[in-house]
Amino acid sequence: MADQVLDAKGLNCPLPILRAKKALNVLPSGGTLEIIATDPGAVKDFEAFCRTTGNELMSSEVDGGLYTFVIKRTA
Amino acid sequence: MLDDQNAKSMTIIVTKSTLDWAYPPFILATTAAAMGLNVTMFFTFYGLGLLKKDMNLKVNPLGNAAMEMPMAGGHMAMPNIMAALPGATALTSAMMKNMIKKKGIASIEELRELAIEAEVKLIACQMTMDLFEYKPEDMIDGPIIGGAASWVDEAVRSDINLYI
Repeated sequence: MADQVLDAKGLNCPLPILRAKKALNVLPSGGTLEIIATDPGAVKDFEAFCRTTGNELMSSEVDGGLYTFVIKRTA
Repeated sequence: MLDDQNAKSMTIIVTKSTLDWAYPPFILATTAAAMGLNVTMFFTFYGLGLLKKDMNLKVNPLGNAAMEMPMAGGHMAMPNIMAALPGATALTSAMMKNMIKKKGIASIEELRELAIEAEVKLIACQMTMDLFEYKPEDMIDGPIIGGAASWVDEAVRSDINLYI
């Protein structure tokens, strides 16, 4: 279970990333954020976001039209 | 990975403020800022409209053969002769704003707010302000008013420089 859950359903690029960044900012280092999105572009974008920022993408799952990501704040 | 030791930066020269072309600079600026880059946007000529308090952005397909709208399962382009009629700009702008809302895409007002919140540095071109007789009170609070040298000074130290 993640420390925080962000509902980004119905949001399009770049809002899921921007909202996730905001949510990560208030998490302590080591805290986890779960993001639920419907934007298929979010899969590649969260990989890229984590690669650049150094946060850890712990999981990336797709279930029907729902995309769920768990990011650990390490940066 | 970026951290305090190897922070990267990006500048964007923003030259257009129609409803469509307002998106790329703000999307890239806010995303880059969220990914840890220091971002500077330099608004010049028709891009300056994006710093006005009241933006009321518009789009018209006149002379833009690539612009088509999804309609009845297909796509439709508006013939130039129709796009030139009075009221066509209001119509196509309203259609585009409606689509933007329906698809969960941020408004330009929202993206601009997010850019300011993310401490994106905004520079309004002094020469364009003079040329088109814009007053500082027509503009939102926050932008620095500067010239080409202000952009060059940022660009020379930046990793990514874009012209949109």
